[in-house]
Amino acid sequence: MTTAAAAGVNARSIRRIALSHKLSRWDVRFSPYLYISPFFVVFALVGLFPLLYTAWVSVHDWNLIGGQGDFVGLENFSTVLAQPYFWTSLRNTFSIFLLSSIPQVLVAISIAAVLDFNLRGKTFWRMGVLLPYVVAPVAVALIFNDLFGDKYGLINSLLTDVGLGPVRWHVDVLPSHIAIATMVNFRWTGYNALIFLAAMQAVPRDYYEAALIDGASRFRTFRSITVPLLRPIIIFVIITSTIGGLQIFDEARMFDQAGQGGANRQWQTLTLYIYELGWNQRNFGRASAVAWLLFLIIIVIAILNFVITRRIAGASERRLRQKGIS
Amino acid sequence: MKRIPRPTLTATIVGAASFALILTGCAAGTGSTAAKDEKVKLTVATFNEFGYDDLFAEYEAANPNVTITHKKAATSNEARDNLTTRLAAGSGLSDVEAIEVDWLPELLQYSDQFVDLTSDDVKGRWLDWKAKAATDADGHLIAYGTDIGPEGVCYRSDLFAAAGLPTDRAEVAKLLGTSWDSYYAAGKTFEAAGTNVPWFDSAGATWQGVVNQMPNAYEKKDGTIIATENPDVKKAYTSVLAASSTLSAHLGQWSDDWTASFQNNGFATMLCPGWMLGVISGDAKGVTGWDIADTFPGGGGNWGGSYLTVPKQSKHQEAAQKLAAWLTAPEQQLKAFASKGTFPSQVDALASDKLLGATNEFFNNAPTGQILANRAAAVDVTPFKGTHYFAINDAMQQALTRVEDGTMTPDESWAQWTTDVKALG
Repeated sequence: MTTAAAAGVNARSIRRIALSHKLSRWDVRFSPYLYISPFFVVFALVGLFPLLYTAWVSVHDWNLIGGQGDFVGLENFSTVLAQPYFWTSLRNTFSIFLLSSIPQVLVAISIAAVLDFNLRGKTFWRMGVLLPYVVAPVAVALIFNDLFGDKYGLINSLLTDVGLGPVRWHVDVLPSHIAIATMVNFRWTGYNALIFLAAMQAVPRDYYEAALIDGASRFRTFRSITVPLLRPIIIFVIITSTIGGLQIFDEARMFDQAGQGGANRQWQTLTLYIYELGWNQRNFGRASAVAWLLFLIIIVIAILNFVITRRIAGASERRLRQKGIS
Repeated sequence: MKRIPRPTLTATIVGAASFALILTGCAAGTGSTAAKDEKVKLTVATFNEFGYDDLFAEYEAANPNVTITHKKAATSNEARDNLTTRLAAGSGLSDVEAIEVDWLPELLQYSDQFVDLTSDDVKGRWLDWKAKAATDADGHLIAYGTDIGPEGVCYRSDLFAAAGLPTDRAEVAKLLGTSWDSYYAAGKTFEAAGTNVPWFDSAGATWQGVVNQMPNAYEKKDGTIIATENPDVKKAYTSVLAASSTLSAHLGQWSDDWTASFQNNGFATMLCPGWMLGVISGDAKGVTGWDIADTFPGGGGNWGGSYLTVPKQSKHQEAAQKLAAWLTAPEQQLKAFASKGTFPSQVDALASDKLLGATNEFFNNAPTGQILANRAAAVDVTPFKGTHYFAINDAMQQALTRVEDGTMTPDESWAQWTTDVKALG
């Protein structure tokens, strides 16, 4: 009797232990997924769903207010691909992207290299570099519009004073791109510089000391040690600035009062074109088609960037290894 | 044995569950604020300056059960984006939404989204064309008119004097005449005096005056687009550009250069609706010599003006309609005129001494009330604006700009405009 009872209790507690084992095994196995799930839940809601829904909209006639119309297949895509403004805005997007991203990465990495020296008042300089990032892009645009005015702008006044003709910032294609790229660079260079700086500080100082003892110049150490070891960060910065650069909107929209990228679409980017189709012409179907084309373009460019930068950086790293540094 | 304390798992589940709750909570939170008791909370969305700030307090004092929340957008474009987006979403609009006259053609397509405000109390309250523009095909009035923009011609009397032209209001009105040709001819005389100041600000602003006098510029009544074949449009395009080639300051209206030009003798005249007076006196602060002539080329002209609507989304449609009717009554609009200069669209208000006696110090003490009332009476054409009006006119403005900034010849720019209009369909 007592033994039977004891056996019963025992069996129960064994079962309980077994259950608690099982639970804690599940805990170990599944909890991590639960912990990171909020990000994916939110992403599915605000990222994946709009993406798929946009694809759905893009194959329909769709008015901003009226909503869904007839299914039209790929007609929206073929219509926008036949519009000259689509190709103009594609050209503008790439031109502004190249004019902003390339100088941005080069200047950012140089600024980071300078900040990496032992400067007096380190924090002051680092915060100073980040300051433009804190300013809202619209505010940046307002300030730069005073500089880039065609008739009464500061830059043109200076140019006229030194005897050069005024530049028609809002009329000619390239000047307008340069002006917009300047705003973008003003905002993002410091931010990227700080990312580079963080990576540079992780580079072991021994390498530099060894190289300096061997008689390498500052520039040489930068080129042969810093840049190759920054490879993953360079790839990261280039990919993020590609995504950002192909989606430039605020600066271009704020560049004049109409916000459509100029009378001849001199500086209309693809995102502005989407806005014009969707909110000005109320044609959500076509706007969604362009949005999807932009999405595909970004993916292609990002992959291309990844491959190219990996190859370039990989080559210099191999060189490094041959010299026995890494 | 390595033991993981049980609470971890429970905490995880509770954590995830409460996260999910927060998410669903967010989604459900925006709903039902409608209570059955008589206390009513109304939201009113406006933009720029309607001059209503004091009026809301007055209404609340007279109706203690009503509380009004005012949402003010900085620009009308912002308000338009907000309105259309929320109309599309089916929720989130205020109980009273202010709209601008140029949005009406599009909104009238969806007149079933707005409360029919037709009522005997407000019959005949507005100028005919003002109410007609807000009435849909079935005769439902979807919006109550607030203000209008009757246009006169603003001019710089000091620059006129420098060019040897008359400066007195009445004489200037005679000089400018009543046709576009006489307006341009006066410009040529001004230009010949050699003051090196352009006659008007831009081809685009002048175009706005011309096109608002055409009953069917871009579309027929049934909505067919005739813009590119309409000989009147082509003729106006040619004549505006011919005039602007020598007379225009080539400034895009509202651009930074345009704003700066008020401080730099940028131009001598501009077409100005009543609400523009406030813009000029603000941008031209410190500049003396601005005045307004009681005439307008090509007959009368109206530019802009607003309305109040009650969206069907509102939970208090009756209370909202009552408020909108009260705000747009002549007495209240006169108060708004006194505080912000919005020119009333109500017949009774237009005849009021308070309005007719109003003068504007910045414009050389001109009797602006009387002048603008005359200008409002001179408006005899209600331009038909169909669903594509906004986009076509926008493309036209850009076509004019392309010629003004030298990117294209008038013919090239016309050709591109034709392509743009075709692409809209």
